[in-house]
Amino acid sequence: MKISIGPIQYFWGREKILAFYDQLIDTRVDIVYLGETVCSKRRELNLNDWLEIAGRLAASGKEVILSTLALLEAGSELASLQQIAENNVYPVEANDVAAVQLLAGHGPFVLGPHINVYNNETLAFLHRLGAKRWISPVELGRNTITRLHENRPPAMETEIFAYGRLPLAFSARCFSARAHDKSKDDCGHICSDYPDGLALYTQDDDAFLVLNGIQVQSATVHNLVAHLDELVSIGIDIIRIDPQQHGMAEIVSVLSSVLDGQLQTGIAMEQLARYQPYGSCDGYWRGGAGMAPVAAMPEEIASDA
Amino acid sequence: MPALNKKMELICPAGNLPTLRAAVDNGADAVYIGFRNRTNARNFPGLNFSPEEALEGVRYARINGKRLFLAINTFPVPEHWQEAVKAVDKAAEIGVDALILADIGLMNYTARTHPDLRLHLSVQGSATNRHAIAFYHEQFGISRVVLPRVLSLAQVQQLTEKTPVEVEVFGYGSLCVMVEGRCALSSYVTGNSPNSAGVCSPAHAVRWLETPSGRDAYLDGVLINRYHDGETAGYPTICKGRFKVNNHIFHSIEEPVCLNVLEILPELVNAGVSAIKVEGRQRSRAYVSTVARTLRAALDSYHVDPDNFKPRNEWITQLNQLAEGNCHTLGAYHRSWQ
Repeated sequence: MKISIGPIQYFWGREKILAFYDQLIDTRVDIVYLGETVCSKRRELNLNDWLEIAGRLAASGKEVILSTLALLEAGSELASLQQIAENNVYPVEANDVAAVQLLAGHGPFVLGPHINVYNNETLAFLHRLGAKRWISPVELGRNTITRLHENRPPAMETEIFAYGRLPLAFSARCFSARAHDKSKDDCGHICSDYPDGLALYTQDDDAFLVLNGIQVQSATVHNLVAHLDELVSIGIDIIRIDPQQHGMAEIVSVLSSVLDGQLQTGIAMEQLARYQPYGSCDGYWRGGAGMAPVAAMPEEIASDA
Repeated sequence: MPALNKKMELICPAGNLPTLRAAVDNGADAVYIGFRNRTNARNFPGLNFSPEEALEGVRYARINGKRLFLAINTFPVPEHWQEAVKAVDKAAEIGVDALILADIGLMNYTARTHPDLRLHLSVQGSATNRHAIAFYHEQFGISRVVLPRVLSLAQVQQLTEKTPVEVEVFGYGSLCVMVEGRCALSSYVTGNSPNSAGVCSPAHAVRWLETPSGRDAYLDGVLINRYHDGETAGYPTICKGRFKVNNHIFHSIEEPVCLNVLEILPELVNAGVSAIKVEGRQRSRAYVSTVARTLRAALDSYHVDPDNFKPRNEWITQLNQLAEGNCHTLGAYHRSWQ
């Protein structure tokens, strides 16, 4: 099974981004998704900068995919999308149907987690347009994913989001700016102050969500480490880890060691815990509420969505 | 496709036959409904239509010169695919005037199997730009798109200029702050989402707790809001809750407000919008009647004398009395909201 690193969803500075990808070069990561997927106002790197990073990663043997915005409204956003779609070097991950429209018929592309693939008919249709890989929408559970995977079109690869905060929703409104009484037009890039997102607590002080610009994520880390055996037996092609600012090389190392049978799941869970300030969850995989904590729900009573 | 020479249509919701009749009687140009199952995004207990009731709905709309749309706008997983296909076939058999769809696979099935059935892209289809709309138009021949509630008025105008299909926008009702069709907040907490189960923050997950100082509203164990004595308590939809961010308690995502486009009706018409839609198939007959009657009066008044249109105080009062929190917003249409 291959390991991928999803696009960075937070607004990090240039040096931090470069250092992040440099540290991945010597890891067991097979595939790296690059580019801005959340907010077009984040312009720390331009397409040429991303292509430079892509070149370094590709030279070290990684497969590189260029990711695209999930919410596209402005003409300038569509123009950037077109530039990415027309790059002649790297395949592209579509995160909006606009990208599918531009990529269809122009060689293989990837269906990102924000394209709604819930059934085999949708997957087959998009395959005919050139999709070669799909990443399941976050809320799909084991039973649904298994059926989609078992009946997938020929040579279609299945990628499952296995580790990171869940991307749950997008809005036209910037929640980071709102929390600072700023409008989106005058946001001052306040989201760059929160490199792992801005925590939102319930009034009884449970960390519930994370605000990341126009995106809302889970506060807890979605963690399928305890289910890796199952993912292998289903035949899942790729597991995805989403970037967070600390411990990425170690997180990759822990997951790959479990995959290679070198590390017991229980020990892996303990080692990962330090990178999960608000705990971890795996409810979606078990067919229930996404926020259900790992191992809180006995397997036999979990029903699938 | 700008619709400058056409009158803007009023599309009203109905969760049952009496409400459907009331919508037609009070001035809706079309009514939209759903079947009584998980194939539509308002899959609430006691709501929606059997095929027989839907047929009666079509009949009632037709004899009054109106149209009936049917929403099949969830995303069926393999286990529920056949149920969705049967719903499409049944809608075709009943002869609804348009089918409101969201799922790509289901649209493909419908376009191939029932090529004469008029298709609208549901707001759940999440099309916020011209390329996405072009995709659904070229692949499945959709005639109309319902826009997510995330676009500014200027963006709506730019879209209508560049798209070959009719544009329908939300005009009144609850406000989804997230891009529809891509929000998993509800399933994160409850396991059920609009996409997969046709519900958001479902009633079975709601629990109220009386406290010494008021009431707490929980959704599957998560405290969504805390009300003081005497404060009006609202339904605990996750995005309308009050949470703590940087030690400050507020509506961190969105206030429980009601979208109301009354004051920008002329701008929407001039932007080339073909239809405005009222949210709320879960709403009562009285609610739908009042909204339909009021918006009908406003649209008629506009079309009689476009240059001197001004929202009347009585319309504003009537609509405000129905609104969540008794106030209204232009939402994303107004850029500063974002």
